Parts: sequence; C-alpha cells; structure tokens
Amino acid sequence: MTIRFEGVRLRQGNFTLDADLEIAAGATAVIGPSGAGKSTVLAALAGFLPPERGRILWQGRDITAIAPGARPVTTVFQDHNLFPHLTVAQNLGLGLRPDLRLNAAEQARVAQALDQVGLPGEDGKRPAALSGGQQSRAALARALLRDQPILVLDEPFAALGPAQRIAMIALVDRIVVAVGKTVVMVTHQPEDALALGGAAILVAEGRAAPPVPVDELLYDPPPVLREYLGDWRRGR
Amino acid sequence: MTWFLVRSAGWASLALVLTLALVTTVAVARFAPAVPVLGPADWAALRFTVGQAVLSAGLSVALAIPLARALARRRFPGRAVLVALMGAPFILPAIVAVFGLLAVWGRAGIVSQGLDILGLPPVSIYGPVGVVLAHVFFNLPLATRIILQGWLSIPQEQFRLAAMLSMTRRDVARHLERPMLRAVVPGAALVIFLLCLSSFAVALALGGGPRATTIELAIYQAVRFEFDLPKAAALAVIQVMLCLGAATLTLSVARPVDTAPGLDRVVERWDAQGGRASDATLITVAAVFLTLPLAMVVWRGVFGLFDMPPTIWRALATSLLIALPAAGLAVAMAGALAALILRMGARVPGVARGVEAAAILALAVSPFVMGTGLFLILNPWTDPFAAAIPVTVAVNAVLAMPFGLRVLLPALRDAEATQGRLGRSLGLSGWRLFRVAIWPRIRRAVGFSMGLAAALSMGDLGVITLFAPPGVETLPLAMYRLMGSYRTAGADGAALVLVAAAFALLWLFDRGGRVDDPL
Repeated sequence: MTIRFEGVRLRQGNFTLDADLEIAAGATAVIGPSGAGKSTVLAALAGFLPPERGRILWQGRDITAIAPGARPVTTVFQDHNLFPHLTVAQNLGLGLRPDLRLNAAEQARVAQALDQVGLPGEDGKRPAALSGGQQSRAALARALLRDQPILVLDEPFAALGPAQRIAMIALVDRIVVAVGKTVVMVTHQPEDALALGGAAILVAEGRAAPPVPVDELLYDPPPVLREYLGDWRRGR
Repeated sequence: MTWFLVRSAGWASLALVLTLALVTTVAVARFAPAVPVLGPADWAALRFTVGQAVLSAGLSVALAIPLARALARRRFPGRAVLVALMGAPFILPAIVAVFGLLAVWGRAGIVSQGLDILGLPPVSIYGPVGVVLAHVFFNLPLATRIILQGWLSIPQEQFRLAAMLSMTRRDVARHLERPMLRAVVPGAALVIFLLCLSSFAVALALGGGPRATTIELAIYQAVRFEFDLPKAAALAVIQVMLCLGAATLTLSVARPVDTAPGLDRVVERWDAQGGRASDATLITVAAVFLTLPLAMVVWRGVFGLFDMPPTIWRALATSLLIALPAAGLAVAMAGALAALILRMGARVPGVARGVEAAAILALAVSPFVMGTGLFLILNPWTDPFAAAIPVTVAVNAVLAMPFGLRVLLPALRDAEATQGRLGRSLGLSGWRLFRVAIWPRIRRAVGFSMGLAAALSMGDLGVITLFAPPGVETLPLAMYRLMGSYRTAGADGAALVLVAAAFALLWLFDRGGRVDDPL
C-alpha cells in the first residue's frame, strides 16, 4: 500500500520541485515554508499537475498518466469544496454519481456519511448556511463516500480555530486512518502534524524530502524548517 | 474644511448631472403635446429601436457564450492580444467602426468583391441588417469579456473537483457553467440592450428611412430638418422612459463587472479533450470578424492620409478642444461623486446608494434629449448654435461620468480602506492625507478614467450634429460629412486620424497614471 514518486520533477512556470520518495500507508503530513510547493506535490498525486519527468506509482502500478477521476485518490481542498447552488446532500451525492440520479440505497449512504462526520439532518441546507467547520465536515463526508484508498487534504482546516482543527484531525484519524487508508495532509501548523501522527515530508528549497517520523522532524528541525517554524514549542 | 469642499463638489456634480439629465428632459417635455401626435413613422421608430436592441443583445450574447468558453479553456499564441483587442471596440469611434464594416461588408467591400468574382450579386448592409451587424460588432467583444470573466471566476478547485469526480462535459455544464451563466448573462444582455437603445451614430450612418430609424435618429431629424419641437419632445419622453426602464432593470440584475483581475489566465479542464477544432474555428472566425474592419481602416487610412482636406486638422483641433475639457470635467465629477458616496456611505447608506444610482442612471438619458433640452433652454437667451462647443463639452462629460465613476469608486474605496485608515491613524488629514495616502493609490484609476472619457468624447458623433454651426465641425462629424459626399479617400484618412487620436488619448492618460508607479 505505498505511493512512490520516482524521479519526479514538477514545474509551474519557473518554479521546479523534485520528489523521489515513498509514502507508506497511514498518516503523512507535508510541511514546509509558504510557497515551497507543498500543494504542488499533492496536485501531482491527485493528477491535476502532470510531472515534467518521472513516474508516480501506487502499489507498484504506474498512475502517472491516469486522469484525476480514475486515480485511487480523493482530494479535499482548502476552499470551494462544495458547489454553492447545490444542497449538502446533493454535494455529497456527487461523490457517488456526478449526474445525481441517486437510488434509495445511495441516498441512505449519503445520510450515513453525514452522520459519521457529525452533521446529521443537515442534508437539505445549502453550503452558505453552514459554518466553516461544518463545510469541512461535509467535504470530508463526500470523501468518505468516494471511498478511495488515498485521501489528500490540502489544508482543508486552515480557516478553523485550534480546537476545531484538532477535532477534525481526530475525526480523520478515526474514520480514515483507522480503517487502513492513506492520508496525506498539507499543514502550516506543527501541532496539526503532531496530532495526525505518522510521518512527515519536508518540502523546501525545490525538493520534497523522503518522509521521516513527524516528531523527529519537528523536535529536531533542519535549519530551513527551524527558520520557518520559529521557536514554536515555547509556551507549550 | 476639506470634507466641506468635497461634499460641495459632490453635490454640485450631482446637480449638474441631474440638471443636464432631468431639467433638459422636463424642458423638452413641456413642449410635448398633452396627447401624443405620433405618426406611423414614429411608432415604426419605436418598434425598430426596441426590436434591433433585443436582436443585437440576443445575438451578441448567444455568440459570446461559446466564444468565451473557447477562450477560457484554450491556450494559444496571440490569445492575450485577442482578449486585449476585445476591449478596443468600447472606445472605437462609432463612425470609424461603421466605416470599417462598410469596407468589409459594403457594396464595394471585400465580401462583395469576392462574390462578384463568383458571379454573385453584392451584399448591402444599409438598413436593419447593417444596424444589427454594427451593434454585434461593438457588443460581441463586450459580452465576451464579461462572460469570460464569469468563466475565470469559477474557482480552480471546482474544475479540479469536477475532474476528481469524473464529471462529464454535461455534468460540468450543469454544476459549474450554467449557474455562472445564469448569474452573468442577464446583466450582460441588459447592458447591451441599453447601449443599443440609444444608438445614434450607427443608425445615422447605416439606418434611416421607414425600416431602420431609431428614436434617437427620429429626434435628430425632427429637430434638425423638420424643426418640429413638439414631435421631438414626444419622442424624447418616450426615449427617456424606455432607457430608464431598461437601466432600472439592468441595475437590479447586473452584477458589478470587476475590470481588475487579468483575463490572461486559462481554466484547467479535464472534460474539454474534444471540441478543439470547433473552438479553433470559432476563435478564428471571431478574430477575423472583429479585426478585419479595423485592419481595413488602418490599411486604407495610410493611403488616404495624403488626400485629406486640410479642414481635417482643424476638426481634430476642435475635437481636442472638446475632448480634453470634457474628460477633465467627467473625472472631476466622478471623483467628487465617488468621495461623496463613500463619505455618505458611512453615515447615511441609503442616501449614498441613491446618489450612486442617480449618477449611473445618467447613462439612460440620451444625449439628444439633453441636447434638445439645452437647445430649448438656451434658445430664449442666446443663440444655441454659438454655444455648440460648451454644450457638447457638458453633454460629453455627463455621458462619460458614469464610466469614470465605475472605475474611480472602487479605487477610492480601496485607497480609503487601506492607506486612508493608515494615514488617519498617523494623524494625517485633509490635503496632506490625500496627497500622501490617497492619491498614489488612485492615480492609475484617475489616469485610466481620464483616458477613457477623452477617447469616448473624441469619437462621439452625437449632440454636435444637432448644434454644429456653419464652419465648426468635430473630427467624427467631418468624417461623416466626407463619407456622405463620397470623398472616400478623404474619409479614409480621417478615419485613421480619428482612431489614432482616440487611442492615443487613452494611452497617454493611462500611461500618465502609471509613470513612476510605485505600486
């Protein structure tokens, strides 16, 4: 159950990023300074950005050329995860059938997913009527329905307060990591990475480094990460 | 003290706009007979005005939707230039556009020459077809830019989401594109409808006669040739009601079109693998349709420059004499109104919104109603023809002011919200606050709106046709007269001089706002 970046080079304009690494099942945080290319790594994994060179493999199978929708990946973005003109239930239903012709069993699955993320009975509301935290939960519920082995979280909780973020990470841990899936999460917050546990990839200076245990990286950061994080443990 | 000055200037601007817009209308309406004396020709003019505006708006938007979609999802060399060119028709003098269209679609134009080689009869664009063709030429680019903006405003994440969920092109249309189009298209169509309702220069040059006379053209004919003021007044009242109705509707549905973000981005899509050939064809046809008339103006103009009568240069001077003060007045009014609206907005929001709506509604009052009203007001006091230039300056300034306001208001609001607060917190106030904190932040907008107003006024062939005394003509009027007298070589050159002058004014002022721009 591993993801392999094999000699991958990603390019966006003049910006390049190299990745040669392996991500194991379980939780992996992606950490690094702003603009270093954390989201770029995730975009390549999800199929939104074709690599300039190199291959991406899932369980030994080359998925580099596979369309985003056919990959074993579901992404939750920081914003705009929900279509504003659709109800919460419809937004979730898209995860099962993009044409929204859901049968009774599928509708029951939608209701069940809402229960799982703690949004029972909110199915008829539009996203604008939900709080930021509720919107994140709804997006996570759709990711559950998609039921892909890899969940990519591109800072989906960045707009939430510390307590809500920790609660969301606990939810991800309970309903995704615990059932043997792989979670890759970009975060700016060292506390979040620690809460998620598992491994951490440092993205800095044009390179995504192979994962190391997250506490190792955070409690003994290399100079580039130390400069970015500052003395984050003071006051803890 | 400064606030007192700003407030006075704002109210004075509003008073000038309302005087020119409303008092002239009342002056005209007083001449209107209690029972309208409209003949069949006048009813035909009303029907044609509304009919061609509906058709022009419908066609422009219907063509703009696939064109904007193609531009939104394809990257190709020259795309940025094409999108930028689509901003040009807005300030292209109407008479020049008509001239270019005639060079392509007229009886002696490229298309007719091609048909002649094939042994087919030539096409003619005089009449309703020509009026609608010209309006689509003007407004297709406008509609395309508005709708392209809509496409680019769909968050990138949603296209990625669509790809992740394996949405087909139909699903993307249903969940992403149609909601956007529902929000954007009605406003775009109404703005174009409104612009076409008060079309004068196009109808003057290509229309006329029982089949293709707009109300504006009928007003002009009633005043200028028949001197039938009651009839002109009755038509003017109809025109004002028509435009006010359309403008009110537009204000109620139109989303403000934000001109700031760049249109040079391309949306990433995974559902657009097919359709490449149809997109390419569409973009090519649209590019040719839009650029060929302009290319003809330039090409023929270069040769015509040597055949121009010397009066053209005097007409250019007259036009500058009108355009520069009109632009200055328009921007001064827009600036004062923007400041007034912002300050009122903090205290009495309702009044601020009213002032803003009144200023924008000035768009709805036709220049001919204003011109006719001024004519009637001035007539007992002085020779209205002697006042042709000041009257034209005032009318052009009022016409350009709403566009200036649209540019200046957001710029000033932004400057106030960012540097204005900072400046005030540092103890700056009044003139120093303006010079240090506000001006650097709004000078680009001021330069751009000056250029816009000057170019619009430079190309205007409107109220001057009503007032021009013998021996005084603006450049568009001189060009129109050369076209009418079949001195086409002279008109060729005049068209090039006119379009060059309009774009040069826009460029110079816009540049002036950016020089040493620290932002």
